[in-house]
Amino acid sequence: MEKFSGKIWVLGDDIDTDIIIPTEYLALKTVNDMAPYAFSPLRPELASQIQKGDIIVAGKNFGCGSSREQAPEIIKALGIKCVIAKSFARIFFRNAINNGLLLIENDALRGAVSEGDEITVTINEAIEHKGISYPITSLPENLVDIIQAGGLVKAMRRLNGLD
Amino acid sequence: MGMTIAEKIIAAAAGVSEVKPGDIHTVELDRMMSNDGTTHLTIDMYNQLKDPHIADAKKLVWIVDHNVPCDSVKTAASHKKMRDFAKEHSIQFYEGAGVCHQVMMENHVTSGELIFGADSHTCAYGAVGAFGTGVGCTDYLYAMVTGKSWLLVPETLRFNLKGKLNEGVYARDLILSIIGMIGANGANYMAMEFGGEGLKTLNMSDRIAICNLCVEAGAKTALMEIDEITLAYLKEHGRAPKHCFQSDDDAVFAHVYDIDLSTIKPIVAKPHFVDSVVDAKECVGTHIDEAFLGSCNNGRIEDLRVGAELIKGRKVHPLVRFLVVPASAEVYRQALSEGIIDTFMEAGAIVMNPNCSVCWGSCQGVIGENEVLISTGTRNFKGRAGHKDSFVYLASAATVTASAVKGEIATADMI
Amino acid sequence: MGSTIIEKIVGNNVGKTVKPGDIVTVNVDRVMIHDIFIPFVASKFEEMGFQKLWDADKVVLIYDHLVPASQVDDTRHFQVGNAFVEKYGMKNIHRSDGICHQLMTEAGYVKPGNIVFGTDSHTTTYGCVGAFSSGIGYTEMASILGTGTLWIRVPETIKVNITGTLPENVMAKDIILKLIGDLGADGATYKALEFTGDTVENMSVASRMSMSNMAIEAGAKCALFTPDGKTAEYCKITLTDKETDLVGDADAEYCQVINYKAEEFVPVMACPSNVDNIKPVSELEGKEIDQVFIGSCTNGRLEDLMAAAEILKGKKIAPFVKLIVTPASRKIYREAVENGTMAVLAEAGAIITHPSCGLCCGRTGGILTDGERVVATNNRNFLGRMGTSKVEIYLASPKSAAACAVAGKIVMP
Repeated sequence: MEKFSGKIWVLGDDIDTDIIIPTEYLALKTVNDMAPYAFSPLRPELASQIQKGDIIVAGKNFGCGSSREQAPEIIKALGIKCVIAKSFARIFFRNAINNGLLLIENDALRGAVSEGDEITVTINEAIEHKGISYPITSLPENLVDIIQAGGLVKAMRRLNGLD
Repeated sequence: MGMTIAEKIIAAAAGVSEVKPGDIHTVELDRMMSNDGTTHLTIDMYNQLKDPHIADAKKLVWIVDHNVPCDSVKTAASHKKMRDFAKEHSIQFYEGAGVCHQVMMENHVTSGELIFGADSHTCAYGAVGAFGTGVGCTDYLYAMVTGKSWLLVPETLRFNLKGKLNEGVYARDLILSIIGMIGANGANYMAMEFGGEGLKTLNMSDRIAICNLCVEAGAKTALMEIDEITLAYLKEHGRAPKHCFQSDDDAVFAHVYDIDLSTIKPIVAKPHFVDSVVDAKECVGTHIDEAFLGSCNNGRIEDLRVGAELIKGRKVHPLVRFLVVPASAEVYRQALSEGIIDTFMEAGAIVMNPNCSVCWGSCQGVIGENEVLISTGTRNFKGRAGHKDSFVYLASAATVTASAVKGEIATADMI
Repeated sequence: MGSTIIEKIVGNNVGKTVKPGDIVTVNVDRVMIHDIFIPFVASKFEEMGFQKLWDADKVVLIYDHLVPASQVDDTRHFQVGNAFVEKYGMKNIHRSDGICHQLMTEAGYVKPGNIVFGTDSHTTTYGCVGAFSSGIGYTEMASILGTGTLWIRVPETIKVNITGTLPENVMAKDIILKLIGDLGADGATYKALEFTGDTVENMSVASRMSMSNMAIEAGAKCALFTPDGKTAEYCKITLTDKETDLVGDADAEYCQVINYKAEEFVPVMACPSNVDNIKPVSELEGKEIDQVFIGSCTNGRLEDLMAAAEILKGKKIAPFVKLIVTPASRKIYREAVENGTMAVLAEAGAIITHPSCGLCCGRTGGILTDGERVVATNNRNFLGRMGTSKVEIYLASPKSAAACAVAGKIVMP
């Protein structure tokens, strides 16, 4: 299974989609245009601090609110490798999967980490932090199919005989 | 020697018996209007003064009208600064009541007054024979602190109106035709004075529309002769004139124009200059994306009536965004009671709250790249209504409404 | 064993009995796309390689977030939308008629028992007429446009039973806010809500709409009401047996049952900056306010405007306070003109805008700045939703909001 390590950014409960990307910036032309404003209501400097390969660890109900798919797309565009949260809101969850952004639900990790810590994730197996291992439950099969296709767009292209 | 209306108002405000063009006088101001376009800047400068004070807060009127409802955190901060200052200093304050000049006409301005407004279209107040002129915020601040300012006495261009506008021709066609004739700088530093028998055929709404646009010819102010229509308007609004000045028979004018109102035709001012005036027929068929009926120039009940009558029983073209924006809350309520608001809503128009809207072009109904707007607003400068590469045509309420129905520039007789 | 409403709707759609946790592919009855996302839907749709819409009549495009445009690039969304409509032969388009969720039910696009998806989280609204409706992203929308299908996981159901008569000045909004407070912002995540009891049976469809609309704020996938006579009248249909059968069976299995007595509800507000931070208005009284917003797909309907007008009649908004009213649709605006409600609001000093999302979506329509406080009838009070992160947003019913506008501070309606 794929394994990667990264530095973490720690966020709280109910990180809503307006925090991830305020509506003001939603009509900008591309996700890359919007990315600098990610998380701006909460931590205006965060978008510029995130490095490729970093990981977000958050509390419950991450991504609650709007259906704006820019939210997971921007997180991905910032270079975030995966988001680990106590729980995810359902539209955000679907949107992330459809865009190939890895989400991991884990209740215990958030209370144990501090911002800047390094963690190691083994997909569908476990998260390692300071010698402690946190198991990950695996995703349903239909979602694995979408992720394996490389997201929903690619899955549909295959359906239409394009790739 | 005789004096013009402008000269008489300045002389009275300066406390002297006679002034002549080119003189510079210190004048006492009757009223100072400022809106959310610049008031926050005035406040910033005020707060840097060594001894900040206001000469007479009762003479100040502050109006939030450019970005209503507020469209960004930046303007929200400007509005709050203005609101808090007005509250602290007991300044007459309006927010959401309508476009500043219309609110001033409805509630404050009277004949013979000398008024500074931190907005170029302050010359509208000449409709009741008040000397209104636009100033920047530094001039405004000085006036606010001292109650006074200095003025260069302008030369006056006199327009003698005769005859009557034909059916389907409006005051807006007249003033745009005049601007086309004398050019966008044809009245630079000057006063434009209107009188003659033809003036009596123009109601107060027409007069406001005419005076309001005079700044587009570069005029410092615009003034109309006071008559029964003026006095009736003031009475209706519970005010008495301060002075009823008329130009003396031997007053000296820089130039006198005689205009036969019956010769005026529906016109359009093409992008990107107010004086690019052509016969409306020349623009017929031009594609449009948006139409705007509103502004301090043409958002009064009389203008809405023209539009409503034309559009009743018709629909806005599906690909056109037709913004209808009454000039004030008073106009909105009147339009509501006459069924005009519902007529526009039924036709598919976008009816917004009274404010400057797309005439100001920064927040409401802005147009995108390569889009075309036909407007009853005041200006068609490049980028005025949104994207730098967009186009604004100015026309009367009738032409704008007809175009909204047709989906391209059209005159009222074409629908 | 019996079924819940959502299990029946999904079961009818796929032609077999389903239970929570089942993953099934449903045939979609209708979809809604709004202006903010149409450029993204259009580009994903083409990137996916589709040549035509699965059924153009089932697709509805609504411009509401950007009406009228407040930024120079906004109209690009209209141009893209118009081109998409033209290219794929769509007929169902509304360019300035009001908020998407209001129009979907009001214009008859959604019927009881339908399965509907929209590119907006508040798509849960259509549960007010007994439809399963939920918000999705633009990539999934693009795939539905091509295939007419979507996979879903059949949700568990939380039953909310409300009986009795609501006290005066308590509105449906107060009920749904209380419920969200009790459940928490993620209390119904992945789940369906089902509302029963004589209180909701006696409610107008408009009031039910306020409740199903906000169900997403507790994370719910959908929120359902059993279709009844009022639904039939609202949808201008005669209910079929299948539609009247959309009621939770007595032996259906619920993951949670919540019972409320209507008499015990009080006017409440959601306090900054979480929708589940609910407090009784009585505890908040006296806080000074700068602005009031009455509108949105939650509370911009005729009964909401009339409730506000009842309080505002013959009164004026407090000095230096703004009241912004944004009706939910053109039809509602016209009805409010017709019955005199608009005149009352205008007389009181309200700033009345064209029907649109307005301030609720936070792009224009009354943005605020640091240190300002707003009482609003919409559905979200997230940090920065209506301006800077130092704006305090209190969510309330139209009656509470109107009372605050007159007082210039938070007061009981």
